[in-house]
Order: sequence, then C-alpha cells, then structure tokens
Amino acid sequence: MPLILTEEQTMLQEAADGFLNDNAPIAHLRKLRDERDPDGVSRDLWRSFGEMGFAGVLIDEADGGLGLGAVEAGVIAESLGRTLTPSPFFGSAVLSATVLKSGDESQRQWLGRIAGGEAIVALAMDEGPKHAPARITTRAERSGNGFRLDGAKSFVLDGHVADTLIVAAQTEEGLTLFLVDPAMAGVSRERTVMVDAHNAARVTLSGVEVDAGAVIGAVGGGEAVLEQALSLGRACAASTLVGAGDQAFKVTLEYLRTRKQFGKLIGEFQALQHRAAHLFTELELARAATLAALQAIDAGREDTSLAASVAKAKAGRVAELAVQEAVQMHGGVGMTDEFDVGLFMKRVRVLNELLGDAHFHAERLARAQGF
Amino acid sequence: MSDLDAFRTQTRAWLEANCPPECRGPLKGEGDMVWGGRDAAFPTPAHKVWLDRMAERGWTAPEWPAEYGGGGLSREEAKVLASEMRRIQAQPPLYSFGVWMLGPALLAFGTEEQKKRFLPEIVRGEIRWCQGYSEPGAGSDLAAIQTRAEDRGDHWIVNGQKIWTSYADKADWIFCLVRTDPDAPKHLGISFVLFDMATPGVTTRPITLISGKSPFCETFFDDVRVEKENLVGTLNRGWDVAKHLLAHERTMIGAMGDAGVGRPLGQVAAESVGLDEAGRLDEPMLRARIAELDIDAAAFRLAMERVGDQVKAKQAHPAIASMLKYYGSELNKRRHELVMAAGGSEALEWEGERSKDGQAARDWLRTKANSIEGGTSEVQLNIIAKHLLQLPGA
Ligand SMILES: Cc1cc2nc3c(=O)[nH]c(=O)nc-3n(C[C@H](O)[C@H](O)[C@H](O)COP(=O)(O)OP(=O)(O)OC[C@H]3O[C@@H](n4cnc5c(N)ncnc54)[C@H](O)[C@@H]3O)c2cc1C
Repeated sequence: MPLILTEEQTMLQEAADGFLNDNAPIAHLRKLRDERDPDGVSRDLWRSFGEMGFAGVLIDEADGGLGLGAVEAGVIAESLGRTLTPSPFFGSAVLSATVLKSGDESQRQWLGRIAGGEAIVALAMDEGPKHAPARITTRAERSGNGFRLDGAKSFVLDGHVADTLIVAAQTEEGLTLFLVDPAMAGVSRERTVMVDAHNAARVTLSGVEVDAGAVIGAVGGGEAVLEQALSLGRACAASTLVGAGDQAFKVTLEYLRTRKQFGKLIGEFQALQHRAAHLFTELELARAATLAALQAIDAGREDTSLAASVAKAKAGRVAELAVQEAVQMHGGVGMTDEFDVGLFMKRVRVLNELLGDAHFHAERLARAQGF
Repeated sequence: MSDLDAFRTQTRAWLEANCPPECRGPLKGEGDMVWGGRDAAFPTPAHKVWLDRMAERGWTAPEWPAEYGGGGLSREEAKVLASEMRRIQAQPPLYSFGVWMLGPALLAFGTEEQKKRFLPEIVRGEIRWCQGYSEPGAGSDLAAIQTRAEDRGDHWIVNGQKIWTSYADKADWIFCLVRTDPDAPKHLGISFVLFDMATPGVTTRPITLISGKSPFCETFFDDVRVEKENLVGTLNRGWDVAKHLLAHERTMIGAMGDAGVGRPLGQVAAESVGLDEAGRLDEPMLRARIAELDIDAAAFRLAMERVGDQVKAKQAHPAIASMLKYYGSELNKRRHELVMAAGGSEALEWEGERSKDGQAARDWLRTKANSIEGGTSEVQLNIIAKHLLQLPGA
C-alpha cells in the first residue's frame, strides 16, 4: 500500500481541517479554559462532530457509523492536533468504540450514540502516573450473579463527563472489561484540570456491584480487546502529535520569515535554518511512521502493535522537538500565554504521557526483539 | 587549624544559631522567595529575620567589599559559606537583581557616591530592581534599542517602551539602557541610567507567561525625568556597562542548571514507575537518561566551581559567561523534561491541592525561558564561536 493518503482520505482531511478551523480553532480551547468551563469540552461541538460523521468514523455502518478505518480516524486526530480542540473523539470514538465492538447487542447500542455525537464514553484503564496496562490492580470479585469492583483509576480521558465508563479490572480468569454506569453507588469521579486544558479525571470504584451483563466480551478476555484499542489509540495519538508538531512548525516558519533582528530576518541565520531543516526532516519521519501504523491496523497486519509503538515513540519525540524549537525560536514572545506556541507545548506533553511515552515504547520494542 | 577551617567552624555555628527552621529545606513555590524592596513580602516572619541577620553580616553579597555593606569574604571563604548553607539546606535569604546584576556593574563602573548610595541598600534588600534592556525591536540585537533620552541640561527626558521587564510592576527602581546619541553607530550612542519606577511617566502592564504567572511586563516611559547623577559609567558608553552586567546575569542564569530540585530525580521516578526485581528503575530508557543527566549536572557543578577559580586567577576564557549560560540553561530544561517524564500524569496537573497547583508543570514551562532570557542560547553560541574562530570581521 502506498504510504500516502488516497483521494477520499485527502478529502476527509480537508473536511476535518475546514470544520475545525471554522468551528473549533484554538480560540475555542482558550474560551473553555479561560471561562473555566466545568466540562472542559463542548457537547454541541461533539454533536456536530457526529453530524459530520467524524465521531462514527471507526464504527460499522450497521451500528450507525461510517465504517471507515484507522487511517481515516488518524486523519481526524491529526486535525484535532492542529487546532488543539478538546474533544471526546480520542476517548470515545477511538478507544471506547474499539472496545465496544466486542460487546453484546445491548452494549453495542452505545456505538450508535457515540457515532451520533450524543454519548461520551471513557476508558478507565491506567492507575498510576505512568501508563502500565500490565499493572492493572483494580479487582473484580464475583458477587451474586455479577461482580464487585474495587480500585482507583487515573488519567481517565473525559472521565468526569462520561455518560458511561469502560473499566479494566482483574478477575480470576484475567483482565476483564466492564461497562459501568458512573451514577452507580460506589463510583466517584474527580476532574483533573491538566496543563493543556484538556480533560481527564480520577475515578474511584469502591464496592461497585455490577451484574454479569456488564462484562464486555468474555470474562478474562480483556487483554486482547484492550490491545486492539491501545494500538489504535497509540496510532491516533501519534497522528495528533504529528498535527500539533507540524502546526507549531508552520507557525515557527512564519515567524522566521517575518521577525527581524540585526537588520535581517531571523530565518536568514544559518543556526536557525539548519534546525528548521532538521525539524522538517524529523516531521516527515514521524508522519511516515504514523501513517504506516494506521495502515497496518487497517490491514490487520501482525506487526500492528509494534508499528503503533514506533509511531507513538517517534511522533512523541519529534513533536517535543517541534514545540521546544517553536518556543525557543519565538524568543520572549514564545513564553507568553498570548501566543499559541506554548499551548502546543502543553498539549504535546500530555499526548506524550498518554498510552505510553517514548521510553515505554522503546522498551517495548527492545523486548519484542529479545534484547 | 587553618584560617579557612576556623572560618568553617564559626560559620557553621553561626548558621546553626541564626538560620530559622522555617528557612531551611527546598522552596515550596515562588511564594517562598524573598525579593525585598519597599513593599517586601515575606512568606513567614522568620524569613525577615533571616534576611536581616544575613544582611547585617553582608552575606547576601558575600564577596562585595565590606565598606559597601558586603561580606568582604575571599573567594575561598565564600565557597565555604555556600557549602555550609547547602549543608543545612538554608534558603537564599534574598533573590535580587541588585545583587546578581546591578551591584557588580556598579562596583566596576559606578562613582564612589553611587556605590555608597546604592550598594548597601542592595545588600539589605531595601530596594527591588528591574532590568530595562529589551524592547519590541531589540531582543537578541540589544544594541538596537530606541528608547530616547534627550539632554535637558541637568537632566534627561526619557521616552520609549521596554518589554519583557521582569517584575517591573513590583520593582522600585530600574537600570535601563537609553539612547543618548541617535546619530552615533548603534553601540556607541547608548547610556546606562538608573531611575525610580515611581517617577511620573513610568507605567507597566503585566504579561502572562505560558506558566500561567505574570512575572514580566511591558514598561512605558512617557517624558520621564532622569537626573544626570544617575548615569552609570561614561555617557554614550553604556554598552560596556550593559555587557558587564549581562555577563553576571548569564552566569546567574547558568547557575540555575545546578539548582537542586529537592529530591533526586531517580527517586521521584522510582515512585511513579516502580523498581524491577534487581531494584532498578523499571524503565531502562528513562533510567539511562536520568543517570546521564546526573553525570552532566555533576560535571557542570564542578565546571562552575572551576570557572570561579579561573576568574579569580584571571585565567578565564573570555566566553566563559556564555558557556555557563548556554549549558546551564539547557541542562535545566533537560532536567525539567525528565521531571515531567518521571512524574507522568500526576505532573500534568495544573490545579489542585495534590499537585500544589501544578507546580511541576509550571516549573517545567518556566525553564523554557532559561535559554531565552539574558540572551538566547543561539546568541551565546554565536559569542562562544566568535571567540573560538576569531575570524576577520567577527
Ligand atoms: C522569562 C523572561 C524574562 C525576561 N526578563 C527580562 C528583563 O527583566 N529585562 C529585559 O530587558 N529583558 C528580559 N527578557 C528578554 C530577553 O532578554 C529577550 O527575550 C531575549 O534577549 C531574546 O530577545 P527576543 O525575545 O526579542 O527574541 P529575538 O531576538 O526575536 O529572537 C528570536 C529567535 O531568533 C534567534 N536569533 C536572533 N538573532 C540570532 C542570531 N544572530 N543568530 C542565531 N539566532 C538568532 C534567537 O536565538 C531566538 O531563537 C526576558 C525574557 C524572558 C523570556
């Protein structure tokens, strides 16, 4: 498969860029942040996302979605990275929708609601400060005809506003995924206001009684389902990183072309030219690795999971470089809240932590190769 | 016992007796810093006591001559004082642009009268200073400043705008670069003047930083009267004073690369990442980067010490301040990237009790300015390269 977007995918990209630039540019994020919006995310915008078909990009037509693939999801994720729009897209339309595809008839109802931009679904997985899916300790003990859940989750995207939660917990049979109504007794949620003004929450489960129907897929079958969602999530996070890194780069190029010091455009200084050229090269690498991972997912290739790790690690490092260079090359202006480059820096930091940072993925790769 | 050993013993005893417990241990936030000034704020009454006691001995400026209120210590004694303060984790009694920047410039270029008037105040932290260098069109190209000072016989009238003036809204006085000869080549028409921020015509407007704080300002001068006695150095030769001061500023910013951020990073990481069976950080890549940083930081600390000795022995490389500024600020940025990686999602928090209102994230963002303020890393590298290559026309 060529490592370029098809005509349809390019059109989707233009549609997503156009929609977000018109409806949710960076000013949208600033408004939610400055007005201290309690949700930190716009339900109206999410509904429009549904109307545009973006929210259902990964959801089968039978379930109310567009039935497109990972590349298309990545295209939308990248646009979100350019405009820094807070959106349930990542948590609901990518992570949760992927998990819910393994659900039964009634659980799959949620897919239609996600596709319509009506529902926000959050995946509660990580527990400590670092992404560690192998270290999940939340317990699900058999109780009556169902389970009793105890544990604490952190960094749950949109957790405080989610209409329903997917909780990963350990049973005797192994990791299991549960659909949990946040209104149930024993569930408490606390929003964590993050540096990038996007959404996450802490979720505590103490003695939460769910019936057997809450299990998504098979008891003990959570790991395989999660793995799929994680690959998609990592590849889409890489897309958003590429979008954010590339946008920060564009803004920087513009500044290099206009700011004068010593009677010259600062872009005339070779010290900066070479770094801009280097960054351009790095961004191309990140873009290639990301598209390759998305394509691997769509093709159902065996190396999908590692391809996603390569993409996440590379895009993370490159985007980090891009935002650091952006702030540095803007000089004092880059340090001000009024200029957007700082917002990109904050967003990239959060995306880097999400679903494993570059260290995590490098380590994963090394292990897979037996060293 | 050598004199130095005796000095250490006395100093240790004095610090033990005089440094209040409230003033020991890592700072909990910017609010713990004592900046002095007319409206000085102290986190606790003990911090005022600590400042007064240290100032009385001149130890807020240990190496300045005692006749101007300084400590009159030799370089060796100053090192002992610093190490004894580190030993008990004593907080700096005073954060001061006066001590770090203006004082050294006055010692080198000020008149006797100016030294007698300003230095003791600086030592005691009575006047808080800000630095009026940068302008919208003059950042890295500092000599391009446009703020005009017109000669009116016994005084000047200053008009213009400064930008990025740290703490201008909280400062009592400003040290400022102004253009006194608009027709001269750009480095030769600048003068270095001091004036009170309360002078009519001075206004400031805070600018919010990406860290969410507003420590710096746009500063406007509208027919500000400046007395001629407040000129430092020679008329139209202010660039020499400016450069001297910058060297001190750069060394000071570079020294931040050596700032201990409380607990060792490896321990912080161990808490969030966990340890493997062999007791090593359970993420080898992160572990390797932290260990590398620790090595660079240790070497940097020694290089700083060596530079101090070289300066004293008049053997220092002319680009020394730029080297320290460059390396120290990049090191500090690296450290804070790792602090964030070690802290994981907890370090991403922006508000809330648990994260001390996002201190890790705010500190991380603030360090990004280290390689910009006081002259960017690029400018430092240009300066170093110029000295190394000594090409014609440079
Ligand atoms: C937190 C903070 C506090 C500050 N406090 C003060 C203060 O108290 N008082 C004060 O006067 N100023 C202060 N400054 C201003 C600071 O000194 C300037 O921001 C700095 O000198 C850079 O100038 P600039 O912002 O105009 O960037 P520019 O000069 O516009 O630089 C933009 C980019 O171009 C690069 N560049 C410029 N020239 C060259 C070259 N010849 N070769 C290669 N690259 C080049 C720079 O390195 C930078 O990356 C502060 C700045 C910050 C961020």
